[in-house]
Formats: sequence, structure tokens, C-alpha cells
Amino acid sequence: MEKVLTKNIETENSHRISVYMESGGYDAWKKVLKEMSPEEVIETVKDSGLRGRGGAGFPAGIKWSFVPKVDKPKYLVCNADESEPGTFKDRLLLEKDPHMMLEGIVIAAYAIKANTAFVYIRGEFANQTVLLHEAIQEMKEKGYLGKNILSSGYDLEILVTRGAGAYICGEETALLTSLEGKRGYPKLKPPFPAVEGYLHSPTIVNNIETLCCLPHIINKGADWFKSMGTEKSSGPKLYCVSGHVRNPGVFELPMGVPLKELIFDHAGGILHNRKLKAVIPGGSSTNVLTESEIDINMDFDSVVAAGSMLGSAGIIVMDENTDMVDASYNLSKFYAHETCGQCTPCREGVPWMKTILGRITNGKGRTRDIDLLLDICKSIEKRTICPFGDAAVAPVKSYIEKFREEFDYYIEYKRSIFSQKSKSLDAVN
Amino acid sequence: MPDSFSAEAKAELKKLIDSYPDRMSAVMNALHLTQREFGYISYEALEALSKEMDLPVQQLEDTASFYTMYFKEPVGENVIWVCLTLPCALRGSAHIFNYLREKLEIDAGETTSDNRFTLMKAECLASCGTAPMMQVNDDYFEDLTEEKIDKILGKFD
Repeated sequence: MEKVLTKNIETENSHRISVYMESGGYDAWKKVLKEMSPEEVIETVKDSGLRGRGGAGFPAGIKWSFVPKVDKPKYLVCNADESEPGTFKDRLLLEKDPHMMLEGIVIAAYAIKANTAFVYIRGEFANQTVLLHEAIQEMKEKGYLGKNILSSGYDLEILVTRGAGAYICGEETALLTSLEGKRGYPKLKPPFPAVEGYLHSPTIVNNIETLCCLPHIINKGADWFKSMGTEKSSGPKLYCVSGHVRNPGVFELPMGVPLKELIFDHAGGILHNRKLKAVIPGGSSTNVLTESEIDINMDFDSVVAAGSMLGSAGIIVMDENTDMVDASYNLSKFYAHETCGQCTPCREGVPWMKTILGRITNGKGRTRDIDLLLDICKSIEKRTICPFGDAAVAPVKSYIEKFREEFDYYIEYKRSIFSQKSKSLDAVN
Repeated sequence: MPDSFSAEAKAELKKLIDSYPDRMSAVMNALHLTQREFGYISYEALEALSKEMDLPVQQLEDTASFYTMYFKEPVGENVIWVCLTLPCALRGSAHIFNYLREKLEIDAGETTSDNRFTLMKAECLASCGTAPMMQVNDDYFEDLTEEKIDKILGKFD
């Protein structure tokens, strides 16, 4: 497949507007302003079948069409709060091709008739924030932003808000609450942000990678986009492969690429010639797959059929010497640290699971701990305002279900099934 | 430690507030600016910000207390964040963290006696393909080894 989203990343100074424009950058923006109505942009994106790359996989054009025709300001928000463990594709786009993202933002903003767009960027991306401000300044100098852009009568500003280290703000309603200057608490849906979002106005939140697809769809058409990927998951996709592989990284391939091809061809196979044991297919919040379950294609529907999710396509590979109890404990620490504290089941349950897994890995597990963990999972699942609760359950429940014998061993023998020396995952005390 | 904003910072703050549809929306960036000016988000710093933004100090504190990057206590000149989440842990982040702990003779959350470094545990920093990694102030350092760490910290001497 030709490179689409990563076509510029090897070019020197790919973050500069002059370099971006040399390969047709902002042609789509000019075309939209001169030749297309907002409705036509929405129809084209609907036809392309583009589904959101942030994790949920909802069709982008359909999401946009939910924006009501009301006399209120509309807002477009770019979710640049990449923080799902195992995911590092948006950072690549931000650093190497901020203008592709910005061109996507202006096209999406135009489609929903927004005059203000935001980039909510994760707080740790301080250098990338500086780059982004420079890129926005370059756009202004070319007249691609501001009042009456290229004499079209359309006005648009882009504002950049930096987060400050809260994973939950990647969830769109929490992101919007944070954008409003408050604690990043998620909100119950409905109302969906498309109807009532930032400052109670219609707001669309799209992931960076989703937005980066837009200039290409406008330039080359919906049919071209659909020629890549599968019938129900079209287009190119960025896959992040990390963990025990020889060649970790971001790989741009069509939607629906076989997971085994990703791991064994593109990422070079397992480190130290070990065997593969388990794979997290879509970021830490998705159910783990065992070695016998990875003969699947990486598109939204195929991964769901395998009992997990494509999520953010953050593929974490674990070798045969990984203790799954340690892995589960590691991730439970993450979720216990990141629970926002709004809903009782999550605020109380997630740190409790961490405590239990901590004592098991400390050789102090109790016989009934596994049942207790599963019971807590049940008390959290589907009982919280946002999907965080379910996300925190995945690295406990699916690990117990699929690697029960390792949990049993840890509790019975007060130690890992692996010797300290052979373990390929160690922990900080 | 200053007890009020500099004239430049005040001007920057005003510009920030004016750029947003409402003043509360400027709070996230304003808190970053406050931390840059005051070193950390002390109650006094929040009071100064409250005055500049014409927002209740309680409101600002409510927001600030939610986010880990707004320091509630003073930190050293350089802050080291070591990612310990699974993708980094699979590539030996515990070893990296322990090496830093021994080298700097401090534990997580502590600052060296010369005030040069504060060591922090971090959750996933979106750098899993180049694990293990750490962030020092604004910069990422990736594919870490002991030798690399020696070199990186040496640059701060």
C-alpha cells in the first residue's frame, strides 16, 4: 500500500508548511473553501466510510451529521491527548506532520460550521505544543486561518490547550470538561457532545489520526479511500507495536492487516527467539489475546469477533517468559492511578484490585483472592459513567480467565511460576 | 520564589484569557504559566492567579488538584519522569528506574540534596516503541541504557 498518513515523515523538515505544501498540502483546504459546501464535505466523508481512529471506531461523517441546526456556536476539538498505554502514533503525526493534522482540523471545522477549533494536547507533549503553535502561525501567514479565509467568507481560529497529566481526559466528555478549565470528570451520554458539548454547545471531538485522513479523502475521493482496508473498516491505519518484538514502532498498513503479519514481519518477530505468549491488540484497555487467538485481521469488526477491540491499535506483545499476574498488576497500578474518582465502583474498586494483585505478587495472596477480584470486576463493569471502569476491568478479568493457572500458582506457592532470573517483566518495589 | 506575576506574565495571561470564549477555559494553560512563573502551584500562586483571572481561588485549586503535572510542592531544578507502564516494563524500565534511584540516591517523589533532580514515576508517556524511556523536563529520552543515562544526566552538570 502507498503511504498516506506517513508519506512525509522521512522528509527533512516535514513539520514546516513549505515542505508540507510541496507534496500537495492545503490543496484540499483550498478545494473545500472554493468548491464544496459543508454538507458536501460531510457526504464525502460519510461515503469514504472513515471510522474514528481514537478507539471507538464510530463513523466520522455520521458523527458530524448529528450536529443540530441550532443558533449556537459549534466547536471542533482535536483530541491530541494520546495516553492509552501501547499507543504512540499520534505523537508521530504531531511531531512529523502537524500540518496534515491542522488541514484535517480546518476541513472538519468547516464541515460542522465551527468558527473555533481546539487542539487539546497532552501536557507532557510540551515540545510538540511549541511546534504546533509555530505551525498555526505558519498557517495564519499563508491566510489559511483567521477572518474571511481566502476570500471565502469563512472565519476560523484554532486554540491550543495543554492538558496536565490525566489519562481520563482522553475520554471525550472528560476532555471537554477539562477544556472548560475544570477537573476532568466525564459526563453521562446522552446528551452526546455533538448535541451538547463544550460550553453546552454542539461539539465534535475527533482523534488526530482521523483528522489526518481528511485532506486525502477530499483530494482523492471516497472511492480511493475505500479501495484500502476492508468493506466495513476502510482506509489506511497506523498500528503501534511495542513490547517483546525485535523492531517496535509505528506501521502504516491497510485496515484489516493480519495481526501475525504485523508482529512477525513488520515488527520483526519476538525478541531473543522466544515464543509469543499473549498480545494486547488495542491498547491496555482491551482484552488480552492468547497465542492461539491471534490469527485475526486488525479491523474494528474482526477484533471484536475475537473477543477484544481494535481500540487505538496499540499492540503490546508479551513473550513466553512474561508472568501474566505481574502484567495484570502493572496495568492495575496504571488504572488505580488514573481513576478520576467520580463514580464509587471505579474509585473504590480499581485501587482495591491493585491492592489485591499487589499482595498476590508479593507472595501474600489468599485463596479467595481470585474470586474476590472477579467479584470486584463485576461490581465495576457497566456501572460507571464512562468506559474507564470497563477499561480497568479488562487487564484483570481477561488475564484471570485466560491465564488462571498462573494466578493459582502465585497464590499457592507464594511466588511467580517463573524464576526471578527468567522473568521478562520485572517490577519496581 | 516570586509572590506575584511579572509584567510580562500578566500580559501573557491577559492575552490568553482574551483568546478563549470564556475565562474559565483559559485555566489549564494559565496554570501551566503559573507553574512556570512560581516554580510550583502554591496556594499563594493560586491567589495571585485568582486576582489576575477574576476567578475564585477555590475554583482554581479544585482544578489544579486534579492534575499530576501541576506540582503542589516545590520540585528540583530538573524533574525526571520514568515511565513504568507495561510496554516500558516489558523492556526493562524497572532496571532503569532502580539505576536512577541508586545513582541519584533518592526515591520516587524525592529531590536530591543539591536540589538538582526530582525523580518521579510516570504512567505511559506515549513512547512505547522506544522503551524504556524517561522525560527530563520537556524532553524525551528513549531506548535507555545505563550508559545513556550517565550521558544525559551529565549534560545537566
